[in-house]
Amino acid sequence: MLNLDLTIWRGSFQLRARADIGAGVTGIFGPSGCGKSTLLALIAGLLRPQRGYIRFGNEALVDTAQALFVPAWRRHMGLVFQDGQLFPHLSVRGNLRYGYRALQPGERRLAFETVTQLLEINSLLERRPAQLSGGERQRVALGRALLYSPRLLLLDEPLASLDQRLKEQILPFLKRIKEETGIPMIFVSHAQAEVDYLADQVIPMTAGRLDPAVPQSG
Amino acid sequence: MWLSPEEWQAVALSARVALCATLVCLPTGIAVAYLLARRRFPGKFLLDALVQMPMVLPPVVPGYLLLLLLGTQGPIGGWLKTHFGIVIAFTWQGAALASATMAFPLMVQPVRLALRMIDGRLEQAASTLGAPPWRVFLTVTLPLATPGIIAGAVLCFTRSLGEFGATMAFVGNIPGVTRTLPLAIYSYTHVPGGDAAAMRLATLSIVLALLALIVSHLISRRAERLLGYRSHAEP
Repeated sequence: MLNLDLTIWRGSFQLRARADIGAGVTGIFGPSGCGKSTLLALIAGLLRPQRGYIRFGNEALVDTAQALFVPAWRRHMGLVFQDGQLFPHLSVRGNLRYGYRALQPGERRLAFETVTQLLEINSLLERRPAQLSGGERQRVALGRALLYSPRLLLLDEPLASLDQRLKEQILPFLKRIKEETGIPMIFVSHAQAEVDYLADQVIPMTAGRLDPAVPQSG
Repeated sequence: MWLSPEEWQAVALSARVALCATLVCLPTGIAVAYLLARRRFPGKFLLDALVQMPMVLPPVVPGYLLLLLLGTQGPIGGWLKTHFGIVIAFTWQGAALASATMAFPLMVQPVRLALRMIDGRLEQAASTLGAPPWRVFLTVTLPLATPGIIAGAVLCFTRSLGEFGATMAFVGNIPGVTRTLPLAIYSYTHVPGGDAAAMRLATLSIVLALLALIVSHLISRRAERLLGYRSHAEP
């Protein structure tokens, strides 16, 4: 489904990644600072690799050989950031509808109420992000990405900023999303347990390298 | 009120000039602030210096340069006059332009600062939700910069109300045409028995300036609250 082979340099940091990622939930597991977030930003279209390609199905998203780069807003992929990144000037409802309202009705795979019920955020709709707890904020961020009906959902350590109790509250929601929507997901985390709980396949990542063909050391 | 017709005329003219100057500075100031805050391009330093220039020059100098360029004998002013019959020098529109020139850096600075304070990841989040760059700008960048835009507009308006040197050099001090509030005060201090009128207008200036500060304080507090920079519980 998602094939990539690329290299990016950012200052002294180099990331080389090669992977063929199938449907379902793929967990990318590795220590902090190994380049997991960079990898998701590349897939989402927020960063350009210096060399290489990314293909989604038959569609080329990036191909440096042909100077091809599809910008983030044309990729139709959802990205949930570590700390949610809710728009502070919009209500929860406004946040949830941000990607949703730009879609044609035919492109909307999930109804607004379905998602708010799934994530149990019905009662929060009129609040501002500043009035939400960490766990609520992360659920709204998930809902916002889901309502955009993404072709692929990218989750960048969505639980990292939460304490253990909240993590245990959110994980079942992620599992529900997986089972009830069937949207393919790439879940990035430095916590083995989270990845194991959720992922159908796990790709380990070490400092600046993602390469399932190469045996991992350590 | 207790102002004479001529004094009223000066006040009304000042209000009109300041409003027009602010309306000119708002879109152009936001555009220039955006370029300076977000883009890299050759000659950026020069643009930056040019924008700041009116703040550090004696105000008469920009006014004089405007006269040289836009006066009926000037390259641009002459062209406008022969081809379109438009005259800017020694008109109230010219006063608005002189005010806009002087107030422009005060519009740009707060907006630029506000744009730099915005977390770029919010804009990235918007783009991963399918928003093209113009929609990101209108629905995320601009609303989040609102406190800076309000501060800039208020500064721009009050600076324009007080504009003196550039106005005097470019459009003169013509009663009813270009004699704004500060020019009227200046003129009254130079005629015998004008002290009372000068004092009235000076008092009015102080009141207007205070009002502007209070209004801007209230608006930006409300904006900050709406943006979530300030919680509802805070007084």
